[in-house]
Amino acid sequence: MMAVLDIALILPLGVGLLAAGLAARLRGHRAAVAGSVAAALGLLVYLLVSIGAGGSVPATPFWAVPSLGIDGGLRLDGLSLLFVLLITGIGALVLLYAGRYLQGDPRLTRLVVLLLVFMVSMLGAVTADDVITLFVFWELTSIASFFLVGYDHEKPAARKAALQALLITGGGGLALLAGLILVAVAAGTTSLSGIIAAREAVLAHPAAVPAMLLVLLGCFTKSAQFPFHFWLPNAMAAPTPVSAYLHSATMVKLGVYLLARLNPVYQTEALWQDLLTGAGLLTAATGALLALRETDLKRVLAHTTVTALGTLVLLIGIAPDLAATAAVTFLLVHALYKAALFLVAGILDHETGTRDASALGGLRGAMPWTAAAAVLAAFSMAGLPPFVGFVAKEIVYEAKLAAGGAAAVVAGIGFLVNAAMVAVAGLLSWRIFFGPQRPTPRVPHDPPKSMLAGPVLLAGLGLLAGAAPGLVGALLLDGAAAAILGRPVDVPLKLWHGFTPVLALSAATIGLGLLILLGWGRLMPRLRGVSAVDRLGPSRGYEHALAGLVAWADGTTRTVQHGSLRGYMRTLLLVAAVAPLAVLVARGGLDLPAGVGLDARAFAFGLIALGAVATAMARSTFAAVMAVGLVGFGTALVFLMHGAPDVALTQFTVEVLLVVILATVLIRLPVQRRDVRVPRQRVGDAAVALVLGGSVAALLLAVLAAPFDPRLGVWFGENSVPGGYGRNVVNVILVDFRALDTLGEIAVLAIAAFAVIALLRGAARPLRPGS
Amino acid sequence: MDPSLILRVSAPLLLWVPMVVSLYLLIRGHNDPGGGFVGGLVASAGLVFYAISRGQEAALRAMRLPPATWCGIGLLAALGSGLLAWLDPAAGFLTHRWWFPDIGFKLPLGTALVFDIGVYLTVVGTVTAMVFALVGEEAR
Repeated sequence: MMAVLDIALILPLGVGLLAAGLAARLRGHRAAVAGSVAAALGLLVYLLVSIGAGGSVPATPFWAVPSLGIDGGLRLDGLSLLFVLLITGIGALVLLYAGRYLQGDPRLTRLVVLLLVFMVSMLGAVTADDVITLFVFWELTSIASFFLVGYDHEKPAARKAALQALLITGGGGLALLAGLILVAVAAGTTSLSGIIAAREAVLAHPAAVPAMLLVLLGCFTKSAQFPFHFWLPNAMAAPTPVSAYLHSATMVKLGVYLLARLNPVYQTEALWQDLLTGAGLLTAATGALLALRETDLKRVLAHTTVTALGTLVLLIGIAPDLAATAAVTFLLVHALYKAALFLVAGILDHETGTRDASALGGLRGAMPWTAAAAVLAAFSMAGLPPFVGFVAKEIVYEAKLAAGGAAAVVAGIGFLVNAAMVAVAGLLSWRIFFGPQRPTPRVPHDPPKSMLAGPVLLAGLGLLAGAAPGLVGALLLDGAAAAILGRPVDVPLKLWHGFTPVLALSAATIGLGLLILLGWGRLMPRLRGVSAVDRLGPSRGYEHALAGLVAWADGTTRTVQHGSLRGYMRTLLLVAAVAPLAVLVARGGLDLPAGVGLDARAFAFGLIALGAVATAMARSTFAAVMAVGLVGFGTALVFLMHGAPDVALTQFTVEVLLVVILATVLIRLPVQRRDVRVPRQRVGDAAVALVLGGSVAALLLAVLAAPFDPRLGVWFGENSVPGGYGRNVVNVILVDFRALDTLGEIAVLAIAAFAVIALLRGAARPLRPGS
Repeated sequence: MDPSLILRVSAPLLLWVPMVVSLYLLIRGHNDPGGGFVGGLVASAGLVFYAISRGQEAALRAMRLPPATWCGIGLLAALGSGLLAWLDPAAGFLTHRWWFPDIGFKLPLGTALVFDIGVYLTVVGTVTAMVFALVGEEAR
């Protein structure tokens, strides 16, 4: 049974990837249909798994790494199921829509493949029961988002927005990885359920607060919380289906998902509650204000998405039973109406040629179906009865009013934000579809069915769910809310609460919202006129940071890679000299070996010294090469006389080759044959040489002073003949005992040879001028 | 700068003497000073001398195959000698195998020699490839 569930849980991931592969072979519209079918299949499988197992399903997939303590598990519980249904359901509709929206675009196939890859990543992230698995899928969604935002890669704005989204979510992702590792170390397991079970250990760990802050940073960047909210509106450079799917319904909610997942661990911590409440409130308010000063439909919607994300984070921060239910309800509601509205915005753009809210009006007659979908979704957004948006708004208000000490502030700001949402909803439905019709670049008409299916279905679901909120709650939302709290909840969802203070608040919200809507024509230009928002916003901070980074890289490159060969050599040699000296000093100074003396064999050292002095005195490059050769031969003599004939032989050969090669190269290359350094340079070079020589000498003396452990040499000596059938121990070590090392070394040699060939071929110019 | 007459005439000697010496070093290496690495260096020195005296074209002709190819053959030989270890499933990679066929005396034959030949060829290929590329007739 276990095995069957294992497979069933991984199956949709496989189906998604398979569909991506299949779609890559298909062209355009067909690829989109194939993807849509795959998404629907995934939905079905997850539903069956969930129903078949009843509740929480664990699985251990093949990518587990037990040796690193990563079990890689997947798990399907209430919260995961809610996300999975949104991802696959909206995914299927968006893919269908995209096939028609971008019909004829040669890059449509690529878009479909990327959307499917994104879908698989999302599914993996929300079903992962292992923080490492979760992180990998989390980052994959960022990468997919990068490619999708940069879909119109020939436009600089799209490239910039793609990079911005990647840098911000990716930077947050790094923080998240660090935080998750700290949490996993504290809990002693990478399993999410294990971490929740070990919450005391996680909270008691010395690094508990930094770990929490790092995780929060990851979640806040992903879910566009203030001050990182600005990447989301800019990501609207993506094609509209992408915006509807990634940047409203699914990916941006991944941060909210992880906050909800980890809430059972941190929910009692005051800092957690305060940060979530504060960030959420600030984000919601920022989004609402900015939404009112935009006219581009997609940017308006993006800012309201920021508002919704803020509200979700806020609700998780409040987190008693009421707020958890409110959070999951609002999450579902928002996904339904916002995806629908985005798709409507895409239809408007597609069929009228503009998505400027101030240029559109009275389209009801020309596009009746689109108008119906827009109005249904907007009513849900505004929180009007009998839509599920109303249910959500009521319970959100209830949760905010129960938010303890800060209830007044939270509910007060919430009231203003909701009024702004009502105004935006009115803008998107009333102003665009009713009133006088305005001329548009194209003659407007309803789009084909495959584009209408998404918005109509999603908006219709909002109405249906509003009719039976109790059923939706019991089937879907209770399980999800239970995951946020770590225990079952019992908050029945009702459409009608009776005449309560919350109802009065709702009525007042709608009233204020209508007022704002009526005054939008005058309010919007005023808000736009406040240029401080553009000058001082965090988005400017991002630009400055990016420019600073580039300038810094520029500066370091100029200082470090100055292009002077002599300078590189000086740096290398000085580092090689100073590093060992520093170690020697740190270890308590230089130990001199006892009883160093000279014997008859010392004449070899005389040879070395002679070579060194001759090199230093040499006025021509040739003479210097020869003199250095003398040093090499002297060294070889030392080896020979101290019982290392093999090393001496190699040294002799290398010296011969080196002198021959240097001489040959010097003849052919256009280099200075004479020493042209001025006295000051010679003194500087001499200083470098003396430091390096002194350092090496000190190091060798220190080596001699250290006690010698002969065990290795003795072992090789004893085993050379019986083990390797050879009397030359050096050779037996090279070809037998340490043959793998030798294999690696000759591989490096070959690679170096190829590199030299490639480099010199690249600079295929006459090396000898005039020949 | 043309090579001197003495150098040009003695060129074959400067090629073949190091070649023979290098093979001798390679074969004796297992029991006496020598081995694939030194052997390869000596052979390379011979080839580089030959290239100086008779030109790179001649040296490349004498090698029959391009230096980079010799590198590859050497690497494959070394790798192959290691793979032969798996004739015995229990032995690890690069565990050398030995045979002692009786031809009047017991001739020790081992895959270690194949490995050393691989080292020899790789060194020859590498050094000649680098020097010829640096001196650069090939590139023109």
